[in-house]
Amino acid sequence: MNQGELRFWDRVIVMFTEFFYELRAHGVPVSVNEWYTLLEALEKGLAGSSLTGFYYLCRAVLVKSETYYDKFDRAFASYFDGIETPESLPDKIWKWLDRELPENHRVRFDGTLRQYDIEELKRMLAERLAQQNEEHHGGNRWIGTGGTSPFGHSGYHPGGIRLGGESRNRSAVKVAAERRWADFTDDETLDTRQFQMALRKLRHFTTRFEGPRTELDIDATIEATGRNAGRLKLVWNRPRRNAIKVLLLMDSGGSMLAYSRLCNQLFTAMHRSSHFKDFQVYYFHNCIYDWLYPHPSCLRRDSIKTSDVLSNLDSDYRVILVGDASMAPSELTMPGGIIDWDLHNEEPGIAWLQRVKDRFEYSVWLNPIPASYWRWTEGAYTIKLIREVFPMYELTLNGLEQAIKCLKGRVV
Amino acid sequence: MKNQFSRFRGSNSYIASEELQNSVNVAIALGKPLLIKGEPGTGKTMLAKSIADALGKPLIIWNIKSTTKAQEGLYVYDTVQRLYDSQFGDRDVSDIRQYIKLGKLGEAFVSDEQVVLLIDEIDKADLEFPNDLLWELDQMSFYIPETKETVVAKHRPIVVITSNAEKELPDAFLRRCIFHYIEFPDAERMKEIVEVHFPDLDRKLLEQCLEAFYWIRSLPNLQKKPSTSELLDWLQALVIGGINPRKIGEEIPFLGVLLKKNQDVETLLWNLRNPRGGRKPSFYSR
Repeated sequence: MNQGELRFWDRVIVMFTEFFYELRAHGVPVSVNEWYTLLEALEKGLAGSSLTGFYYLCRAVLVKSETYYDKFDRAFASYFDGIETPESLPDKIWKWLDRELPENHRVRFDGTLRQYDIEELKRMLAERLAQQNEEHHGGNRWIGTGGTSPFGHSGYHPGGIRLGGESRNRSAVKVAAERRWADFTDDETLDTRQFQMALRKLRHFTTRFEGPRTELDIDATIEATGRNAGRLKLVWNRPRRNAIKVLLLMDSGGSMLAYSRLCNQLFTAMHRSSHFKDFQVYYFHNCIYDWLYPHPSCLRRDSIKTSDVLSNLDSDYRVILVGDASMAPSELTMPGGIIDWDLHNEEPGIAWLQRVKDRFEYSVWLNPIPASYWRWTEGAYTIKLIREVFPMYELTLNGLEQAIKCLKGRVV
Repeated sequence: MKNQFSRFRGSNSYIASEELQNSVNVAIALGKPLLIKGEPGTGKTMLAKSIADALGKPLIIWNIKSTTKAQEGLYVYDTVQRLYDSQFGDRDVSDIRQYIKLGKLGEAFVSDEQVVLLIDEIDKADLEFPNDLLWELDQMSFYIPETKETVVAKHRPIVVITSNAEKELPDAFLRRCIFHYIEFPDAERMKEIVEVHFPDLDRKLLEQCLEAFYWIRSLPNLQKKPSTSELLDWLQALVIGGINPRKIGEEIPFLGVLLKKNQDVETLLWNLRNPRGGRKPSFYSR
């Protein structure tokens, strides 16, 4: 390696160190290992032999889930400033490599973000709406969610225009909601693995199942062989299997919309947990009454009688109810209190909840509202009433772990 | 080193996008496992076969099931056989080696030439399964305590791992892989794929079929979208059945080949009767 080459690689390393942090800033979980792999690949000339290959090389080595492809693209575009198609990338990269150290003209997250006045913001918004033709989340320029651009929502620009979404920072000076930005919040990846790992603890091993005896029981074999005067006698056991059956009852009412991502995570994790002996899901609207629904849409035509569900399932099903437990007191305590105007309930919701509680040995309620708010949120009254029936935990990893202990009968 | 790159270019029976070729070659050059994800029917499993064919290497397939243990891929020690032999004295039981049976990963390691190893549907197994293979895939060796032997790969196998994303894979495992997500082919590429399988298909029929196919895939609330393999089966059925291409868009014959769930069939029929916004949207344009 001669002197020139050495400096070349120095520059490459500096460049990629910055790109590495750019990716992480955009929410792509890149690790140092992967970064070394990328350098190794570059040294082997894996990007060099095909110029467009550079982009694909980076992506193949650094990005490990298709859900991060979009974030990666944005980080890439933002770092290589304005380049949108892979075709136009390589020239720019090589030109850039020819320069001395790259100057840094991107806005750092250091509190120096400009304060704009409202007229200026409106004008810039109009300009960017005209220029932008795809979704953006994060980053500091384009309209989208997160990031430090003054436009979009859930971001952190100290003086920006909120476009739809929830107000999280009080500094958004004006709401200019447009429908086309509304659906973007679901671009976040569901990291359901943590939930899944927690759910694994929800098991109770038993060998009392039908099925072939396929596992050699060493101790029993030695014992039996000994009794058999040393002539080999094999003893087989059935493999241990999880006996836990789970019934999940989920609130899909309007107020739950705000927690849909969290609930989705839980649902996905439970659905993928193949270790349950059985897993059943039903949905309800705010509170449980005479009918349950197999789909979150809660359509009347495919409803099922709650009493049928209760009688069809054994009492050893572990029941997990998920809901914000927040509703009008009448919905919980009065006959006819059901929120759907065309339905009528003879018995108050609380009686149905009690029935569920009594039918099954173990049941818990998971509430997506953080526990510290339970006494102060608008649903505080009904939360209190429901907590008298079910042990309630917040829907967090920690809460889920506690709930699982409760379902296993360890803690009440 | 450069000549190591760009070796895989797809094969006669398998169309690989340039992106995919790149990922395969990067994985081969770096000696890292290639993790392939994608919708069912995008040819994840076929890819390994295609790599093996294109590079002229043998293919070893390790099919993962929900009960598969990582250990089984390395070797299995047949205790029971040994116990039996000790009773009847047929063989010399002090030679433990004859009771060690190598698994698929073990086979790939001891092979005299470089092989392509397909670990199919890794997400079917237990959550911890991928973690249990980290060392073996990294070091390309494992130790057999029973015989005090270490099996070291003679030639680093080309490892292709497929996942249907039923479970999320652990980060430590992901960090060691090259990742590629196979996108569902668009109509143009699908045409190429179909032409590989049916070289002399009537153009009109193909276009009508693709239009109907992509329309069905675009329907909301479908539980299981039809995939490439279902399209190919459907085309086969249509050719054998001698269906008039013009009828395809209206009634979708042999529907059962495309949709496997009752509910999906109902959804489709409902949409056929009540086309939203007038005509069916045409996703296939020439």
